[in-house]
Amino acid sequence: MRVVKHVLGRVAFYVVAAVFAAVFALPLLWLVFAPFGSRATLSVALPDPFTLSNFGRVFANTFAVRALFQNSIIQAVGTMILVTLLATLAAYALSRAPIRGRDVLSYGLVLFSSIVTGTAAMVPIFLLIFNLGLIDTHMGVILVFTGGLLPAAIFIMRDFVDSIPRSYEESALVAGASPWGMFRDIALPIVRPGMMVVGVWTFVNVWGGFLVPFILLRSPTKMPAAVAIYSFYTEGGTPIITLTTAYALLYTLPVLALYLFVNWKYGFRFFGGIKS
Amino acid sequence: MANVTFRSITKQFGAFTAVNDVSFEIADGEFVCLLGPSGCGKTTTLRMIAGLEQPTSGRILIGAADVTEAKPKERDIGMVFQDYALFPHMTIADNIAYPLKVRGVGQAERRRRAAEVAKNLSIDQLLDRRPGQISGGQQQRTSVARAVVHKPKVYLFDEPLSNLDAKLRLEARSFLKHLQRELGVTSLYVTHDQAEAMAMADRVAVMDRGEIVQFGPPLEVYRQPATTFVANFLGSPPMNLLSVRYAGGAFASSTFELDASPFAGRLRDVRDGSELTLGIRPEHVRMGGEGDRWRIPGEVYAVEPLGPESLVTLRVAGALVTARLFGDDPPTATGAASFAFDPAHLHVFGQDGRRLAAR
Repeated sequence: MRVVKHVLGRVAFYVVAAVFAAVFALPLLWLVFAPFGSRATLSVALPDPFTLSNFGRVFANTFAVRALFQNSIIQAVGTMILVTLLATLAAYALSRAPIRGRDVLSYGLVLFSSIVTGTAAMVPIFLLIFNLGLIDTHMGVILVFTGGLLPAAIFIMRDFVDSIPRSYEESALVAGASPWGMFRDIALPIVRPGMMVVGVWTFVNVWGGFLVPFILLRSPTKMPAAVAIYSFYTEGGTPIITLTTAYALLYTLPVLALYLFVNWKYGFRFFGGIKS
Repeated sequence: MANVTFRSITKQFGAFTAVNDVSFEIADGEFVCLLGPSGCGKTTTLRMIAGLEQPTSGRILIGAADVTEAKPKERDIGMVFQDYALFPHMTIADNIAYPLKVRGVGQAERRRRAAEVAKNLSIDQLLDRRPGQISGGQQQRTSVARAVVHKPKVYLFDEPLSNLDAKLRLEARSFLKHLQRELGVTSLYVTHDQAEAMAMADRVAVMDRGEIVQFGPPLEVYRQPATTFVANFLGSPPMNLLSVRYAGGAFASSTFELDASPFAGRLRDVRDGSELTLGIRPEHVRMGGEGDRWRIPGEVYAVEPLGPESLVTLRVAGALVTARLFGDDPPTATGAASFAFDPAHLHVFGQDGRRLAAR
């Protein structure tokens, strides 16, 4: 009896799990299959006949191609470098320096930035960027994204730096390193996995960001892919599914590539050197 | 090579005083152990020498130089951390050579000297591995190698053996003592393990609540403990301590009375009726019989055969008294029994916990 109950329990578990998995997997499958069909459909089916002509038409759209392979890259990589660098330095200071109320500061930053959403602050942000003369520049977009992502990035990074024993740094100091030499030789390499996490996270956020570039940019030649995907809509405002999915598939590739590269080159891992 | 001098060092963390007006001197080439329970201020003392903590008041000298305000890198010290703190992203060779790298020694020379030190410590086959790929004992040797490679003036050890298993610890203990003798560098070694301090040190400084209670050669500290704290901290098992009342020329407790006349000299200033503490090492206690004049009666509490020796514990007047008995067969006593001892081995501690010295 108990065995039957156990088996039935397992069966029920797998059925429920399969249903959940399908809910998440189907849209992804659709995204992979749809670009290779000649007709637009909203159902998941193996493309018949198989065709690459959609990609040909996407690459013929120079506006969209430049948006994806130039503008989005500039904005995402620029923000990634700025956020990762600043978050690392700030998190290191917040974690190590004896500052009064540093916990309140860290939590305050995150809470404040998550409550005041980008959408609500869009008008003052627009005015600020306008007065700085940065409307319609990559720098304007990068700065606004950096401001928005930095608090959470500092928070993630601080958690990471906090988890690193101080004796690494102390042993470098005692060995004769200057504080800056210790940071460069020891602290930075050890927090690098954390920097990779923050970097990829920032990249993904900017990559998918629509509102900020849509509002701050004017010229079509500077629009990123998130905005340019609308060039595959008809004048009536309906998406041409074959082309939007083909573009969307291309749109996911740089993120995948970045993840695989970071994982291969640096790894989201950590070697031991502390005995506890 | 240099001596290390502490001049009335006090260190406070907020309202908490970690080290309270401590002064001592470590001679050139001497091996000193700072011994005490956790939280007694011994690690803080070590970290002040390293320059990782600043004293609140007082001066620290290394050799003739006042280093109280000096940065760690200006002090020329080698330190072994409790958790080893090997840099996880560097090979063993780079770890060992790091003090040379920050001193601007060239790549080839660094590699040569790291290999030389590694060979001395028998870890030369590991030079290209990373800390995560070697055993705890090897990590410990690597951290020692990193501390000695640049030939510093002073070695600091912060409980370097506490993360090793018992067998490796004994091995590393002899090894460290041998190494220190060979290199002859002034060393300060922090530990809470009294056996380590006894075995390794030229002199032991016993610390309690931020103060040095006693500072002397290990056997002197062991044989003539200054206070009941030291008596209780050193030795395994520690010294037996019994509370008694001194009255009418005798030490009295609820279940026994001992003639105090051999101690008359020490007790001259002790008033009749004072509460005193008697101390005796377990190795100086034996099973008692009718003929013994110095005898305390009790109930057998536990008998623990350990191979070369046995521990017998009696409950005497509410306290536990342990005897270390050497010999092949553990005693079979149960129920009522008694311990006997030679009064020459008995220590008397005053009401303030200080040992009354023979005069």
